[in-house]
Amino acid sequence: MGVITAKSPAVKGRRVKRPGRLVAEIVTVVVAGMVAFPLYWMVLSAFKPAGEIQIANPKPWTLAPSLDSFQRVLTVSGFGRFFVNSLVVALAVVVLSLLLSFLSAVALTRFRFRGRTVLLVMILVAQMVPVEALTIPLFFLMRQIGAVAPAFGLNELGSLVLVHLAFSLPFAIWMLRGFVAAVPVELEEAAKLDGASRMRFTWQILFPLVAPGLLAVSVLAFIHAWNDFLFAKTFIISKTENQTLPQAILVFFKPEDTDWGAVMASSTLMTIPVLVFFVLVQRRLVAGMSGAVKG
Amino acid sequence: MVTQQLPVSAPAPVARRGRDGRAALIYLLPAGFLLAALLAYPIYQLVLISFYDYGQPQAAGAAPLVFLGFDNYAALLQDVQFWTVLAKTVGFAAACVIGSLVVGTALAVLASRVRAVARTLLFLAALGAWSTPAIAGSYVWLFLFDTDFGLVNEALSGIGFTGMAHHSWTFGTFGAFGLVAAEVIWCSFPFVLVTMYAGIKAIPEEVLEAASLDGASTWRSTWTVVLPMVRPLLMIATIQSIIWDFKVFTQIYVMTNGGGVAGRNLVLNVYAYQQAFAGQEYGLGSAIGVVMTLLLLSITGLYVRSQRRSTAWV
Repeated sequence: MGVITAKSPAVKGRRVKRPGRLVAEIVTVVVAGMVAFPLYWMVLSAFKPAGEIQIANPKPWTLAPSLDSFQRVLTVSGFGRFFVNSLVVALAVVVLSLLLSFLSAVALTRFRFRGRTVLLVMILVAQMVPVEALTIPLFFLMRQIGAVAPAFGLNELGSLVLVHLAFSLPFAIWMLRGFVAAVPVELEEAAKLDGASRMRFTWQILFPLVAPGLLAVSVLAFIHAWNDFLFAKTFIISKTENQTLPQAILVFFKPEDTDWGAVMASSTLMTIPVLVFFVLVQRRLVAGMSGAVKG
Repeated sequence: MVTQQLPVSAPAPVARRGRDGRAALIYLLPAGFLLAALLAYPIYQLVLISFYDYGQPQAAGAAPLVFLGFDNYAALLQDVQFWTVLAKTVGFAAACVIGSLVVGTALAVLASRVRAVARTLLFLAALGAWSTPAIAGSYVWLFLFDTDFGLVNEALSGIGFTGMAHHSWTFGTFGAFGLVAAEVIWCSFPFVLVTMYAGIKAIPEEVLEAASLDGASTWRSTWTVVLPMVRPLLMIATIQSIIWDFKVFTQIYVMTNGGGVAGRNLVLNVYAYQQAFAGQEYGLGSAIGVVMTLLLLSITGLYVRSQRRSTAWV
């Protein structure tokens, strides 16, 4: 668990009161169990055989794990297609917001030009605008773009990418600013003396140096795009095969007749990519978040 | 006072400034264009639409637009349901914000005082809750609290609360909002935990040692040393929580099945969505959107202002 559990130098110097710490540790472990329980229940219910899910006295374990629920999900609904759609949208949002916000962050940190402060304040305010409240005008805007430029190839998934960029760019720029500012100016001077162009310095030297910030930004942008339910519900209306995962799961959920096994199996499948992404970057995540704050 | 000199800015090298300006333009153009098209223009459109009688015929271009001025807003302000939804939204968001801040901060303090094994377990669990997509989290919590097949009712009636067998958590307004709030806090406290833990770790050890040498108890040094020092981070966590929790859509929509029977469990976001896309009252829906945006901007603006003096923010 890298950063999070790295032994702090504090432990050595602190006067240890054993009984107090033991109580604190027991409380911590109990809380961890409570926090993890809904996830345990989700995975467990996904693997339970049909006869053990929708019953009046559910058991917190199963002796006969089964893949039936997963099979129903994967065969009935065209789940794979929706999964790929979600993945494509979320990854496109991550890549585009990284590239564009990085360039903006460099300009706003390293360059001196008129109106810089005004731009910074605008970005700060933009972070607080609830993009969800703009659903109506964005819906009309996407319809216009689609009508005006069908050759441009902007299908409904493309419109989702654009909308999520509107959310992720402001905070990504703001967050990366701190990281860019932390890179010593002398490095730029040295690169200039060596004959590197500004563009080259930006991409070949600065970009790798702000990696923790890029990771933190990509996690937040990915999660936001992956979770989106509202915009997918509003924008994707012409073709079912354009649906993303959050919409697709609704198929199994009917207030009076819910297939809970399938809902839990699809929820589990939907959680896995985020979890994988988190595990890949978590070492850097804490550093990324605190770095942004210091900037 | 009279003769005080105006601050003269350092004579910037003119050539560099000009070059910087052009380069900045190139660097800022892609993001700037997207933000202007996808944020600034839609805000303008939202305000504009809110002044019109804008229904399906108008949207399709089949009927002329009728300018209403503030009529949509007047209709909204006279609507009892709007005020109820507004009050519920504020109450719900406040409960979620306070809940995730208290839980996240308390666990961050706890995590900084225990050894690696316990801390790892806590962070693993928190990362798991954080990774769970809103819709998956909503379903799991619904299933746990399900009237007939839920573990919670079973467990409660098992330990003697027999009245809880087949209890419907989502039927009553209080139970439904409470259940949704619990889910929202569950998936949003990890952000607070990670942020605050990073802040606590950044406090120099000497400061805490000095406090304990002066005889401060753990409890006291947490209140008087640790929390004041992580205040800038606490503010960021608070602002983020306000922004997130005020516009919760998925959880309310899914867990209360579109806002509950007769819209008893609506929040502004879901209300606006239903007016606009189900009721095809885009003008009215936009007016709700404007109110929501103004509310959110003023809450966060006021909060930033009140805290700004004591922090390094901006």
